[in-house]
Amino acid sequence: MSMQSPLGRVRGLGSAKNGTHHWWHQRLTALALIPLTLWFAISIVAMTGASHSAMLDWMNSPIVAGLMVLLLAAGFYHLKLGMQVVIEDYVHVEWQKITALIIVQFGCWALGLASIMAVVWVWTGG
Amino acid sequence: MADVNRPLSPHLQVYRPQITSILSVIHRGTGVVLGIGTLLLAWWLIAAASGPEAYAQFNWFISGWIGRLVLLGFTYSLFYHLCNGIRHLFWDIGAGFELASVSATGWVVVIFSLGLTGLAWIAGYYMRGAL
Repeated sequence: MSMQSPLGRVRGLGSAKNGTHHWWHQRLTALALIPLTLWFAISIVAMTGASHSAMLDWMNSPIVAGLMVLLLAAGFYHLKLGMQVVIEDYVHVEWQKITALIIVQFGCWALGLASIMAVVWVWTGG
Repeated sequence: MADVNRPLSPHLQVYRPQITSILSVIHRGTGVVLGIGTLLLAWWLIAAASGPEAYAQFNWFISGWIGRLVLLGFTYSLFYHLCNGIRHLFWDIGAGFELASVSATGWVVVIFSLGLTGLAWIAGYYMRGAL
């Protein structure tokens, strides 16, 4: 068993039922994030030094809130996919790898959902 | 998994640095930085939802020199990852793989990411009335 290469061990087990899904979703979110990031960067610059009420006024628009939710959803998903690849590439001790993957996964969900809920909260007028 | 002690993936110690490899490392690095930067983004949004006091606290942090330094790093990471990400998408459709164009587009990414960062910060200071 220990003499087998990783390839030798998985040969004959059949498909992982995964294929290009991860790669494709990374690219789809990347594509979506191009216009969203540009919009975000321009908006942030325009909001430099804005007061709390100006910020609320800005996010009160369904377009702004909608774009922000899209940015957050695509961004956090893209982040989760990317961090997963980085961890899988550099962390080779199994329990550390699994732990890191779980932390990234939970962190992205928690932070992403909290941010989206904050946007919706502001948009609906608190 | 690691019963055969072979190097499995990008091992940077034995790879001669070149524009392609350096930019590739920076792409990953900026990706991780942006991941950490989402804490800032989440803080900003949650502060706005929490009320004027929480928002003032965020504004206090981000206007300070540490906050500005962090934001500068975040801005550069964002523009770098955006520009180089577009470069990656062109590779994904099979374009720009010749060695000459790989290094040329690499330099374009370097120039654009620095330029856009500068532009955003000048515009930001202008918005604050500091320019």
